[in-house]
Amino acid sequence: MTNKKYILGVYEDEDVLLHAIENIRAAGTKIYTVFSPYPVHGIDDALGIERSRLPIAAFLYGLTGLSFALWMQIYMLGFDWPMIIGGKPHIALPAFIPVSFELTVLFTAHGMVLTFLIISGLYPRLKVPVMDVRSTDDKFVMAIEVKEGVTDVNKLNTLLRENGAIEVNEKEVTK
Amino acid sequence: MQHVSPVREPLVTGGKTYHDITQDVCRQVEAKPNIRWAIALAVSLFFLGIFIYSVYRTLWFGIGEWGLNKTVNWAWDITNFVWWVGIGHAGTLISAILLLFRQKWRSSINRAAEAMTIFAVICAAMFPVLHMGRPWLAYWVLPLPNTFGSLWANFNSPLLWDVFAISTYFSVSLVFWYLGLIPDFATIRDRATGPIARRAYALLSFGWTGSAKHWSRYETVSLILAGVSTPLVLSVHTIVSMDFATSVIPGWHTTIFPPYFVAGAIFSGFAMVLTLMIITRDVFSLKDYITLEHIESMNKVIILTGSIVGVAYITEFFIAWYSGVEYEQYAFINRATGPYWWAYWSMMTCNVITPQLFWFRKIRRSVVATFIISIFVNIGMWFERFVIIVTSLHRDFLPSSWAMFSPTIIDVGIYVGTLGLFFTLFLLFAKYFPVINMFEVKTILKSSSGVQHSHTPETMHAHSPNNQAQHDK
Repeated sequence: MTNKKYILGVYEDEDVLLHAIENIRAAGTKIYTVFSPYPVHGIDDALGIERSRLPIAAFLYGLTGLSFALWMQIYMLGFDWPMIIGGKPHIALPAFIPVSFELTVLFTAHGMVLTFLIISGLYPRLKVPVMDVRSTDDKFVMAIEVKEGVTDVNKLNTLLRENGAIEVNEKEVTK
Repeated sequence: MQHVSPVREPLVTGGKTYHDITQDVCRQVEAKPNIRWAIALAVSLFFLGIFIYSVYRTLWFGIGEWGLNKTVNWAWDITNFVWWVGIGHAGTLISAILLLFRQKWRSSINRAAEAMTIFAVICAAMFPVLHMGRPWLAYWVLPLPNTFGSLWANFNSPLLWDVFAISTYFSVSLVFWYLGLIPDFATIRDRATGPIARRAYALLSFGWTGSAKHWSRYETVSLILAGVSTPLVLSVHTIVSMDFATSVIPGWHTTIFPPYFVAGAIFSGFAMVLTLMIITRDVFSLKDYITLEHIESMNKVIILTGSIVGVAYITEFFIAWYSGVEYEQYAFINRATGPYWWAYWSMMTCNVITPQLFWFRKIRRSVVATFIISIFVNIGMWFERFVIIVTSLHRDFLPSSWAMFSPTIIDVGIYVGTLGLFFTLFLLFAKYFPVINMFEVKTILKSSSGVQHSHTPETMHAHSPNNQAQHDK
């Protein structure tokens, strides 16, 4: 069990928030994260969040689905139990397109969503690590970690307020 | 820095703030059920009861309970299946295709439309499964190792493609819908006061906090899901149409079917979205979010797809004549003038003529007219499937086997029963889930709320409410 302390700067407007993020980072303060009620356009660049590699994962899942579907149909109808259906060849590739397409989509969608949930640590649970409940309603909350002896809380407070924070709070999180 | 367009109409009216959106959408989730909702649920449950009874009769006594005969061996079951699947398509169109096209008006209707998709597909799936006669063996459609040696499923059959298409469509739509619900469940969770509500929504929200990194990934995921759902939704009705088009029955064996079915699906789906949203916005007082602008936009989609459907009907008729195939020609003459002429002309009136009324702006923006026309379209699209299926089958190549189809009370019971199932699910959704996508509406609020609306460009940015002074510091 370790306790971590955060300073929370509460903002009311996304444009003020974006400027604040830029100024605070320019001042050399590391921002833990920002909680917002909706995806704020441009916040990734401001916070320096790297582009997600989920599209690559999605492509690989899709490729897996496609290969699986083709293997399944060719193996089952072409080799394991060949049958002549409607005078078509055993491996009638044009007729395999629909199932191949559907399985590509199936694997892409589910694989990517599961990956997203796992890497983001999202799963059904009762205790939720919300720092400020208003951040899912109408406020933007910037969390900055307080390191004992290193962070000057008063200076941070002034910095946040100078950049438009309407409130500055402290929050302790037990992990 | 609010940007107010002098040309575009606002998508959120009433000068809402972020908090107002949360309040307005969460209101009916948190409030005690209102009486109108309770009555609607009671009626739906009554019809659900009819459904359960009809299914019981079908399963206990067999398919003989339906009005099918040797000539017309597909009738209401497949009509209802195609009708319901088609209705589902509008939800995916709104959530996926309009997302790719960056149409902001989708934001306040996508949640309910996607829910409609899921419930409609559930209703649709009932019909092929029940028509199997022994639904407990439904897993036989899957390519599983079995006791008959390794006799696998036939991947050349459009009916099997349907199995893959519908199940992929259902599960992907469900995931897409649920993913969008997670942030909104978090909002409800953080407002909840009761212990049960707090725990239930905590579980449903998957521990969502709305951190910037999660949002960034969320947006990537939803964009890719939209990207794969777009061809998916087109493929689903294409494959449904191939159930007919790949056969050699006159009236079915046409290459126009895939695009014509997809257009028809979107047409009927938008009609159902309108029917539902016009009621929802009234019952839950959400008129500031589902505005006349939204209704008008949907009506424009209805004119477009309705006209495509109309052109398809005429093309089919023309090609039947032009092909010179007498069976094909007879099938179409029989549709329009044979014993099922009334079904054909109901279809023509409801689908081709009524939506053309939306060329008039007054009608497009009238809630009452839109509601009535949407019902007409729903009826017309049901008749379209009935006409395609029954009139093509009832007079086949051998005149001695010509027959008519008449539904039994069980056929009717299952059909109206699925309406009960659909509305029961929809009403439960509307009460316990956020019926409008709160976070997406918050995203468009700044650009589309029409706050400080002004017609003179000079004053448009005159008083920015957002602490301009602090920026300048």
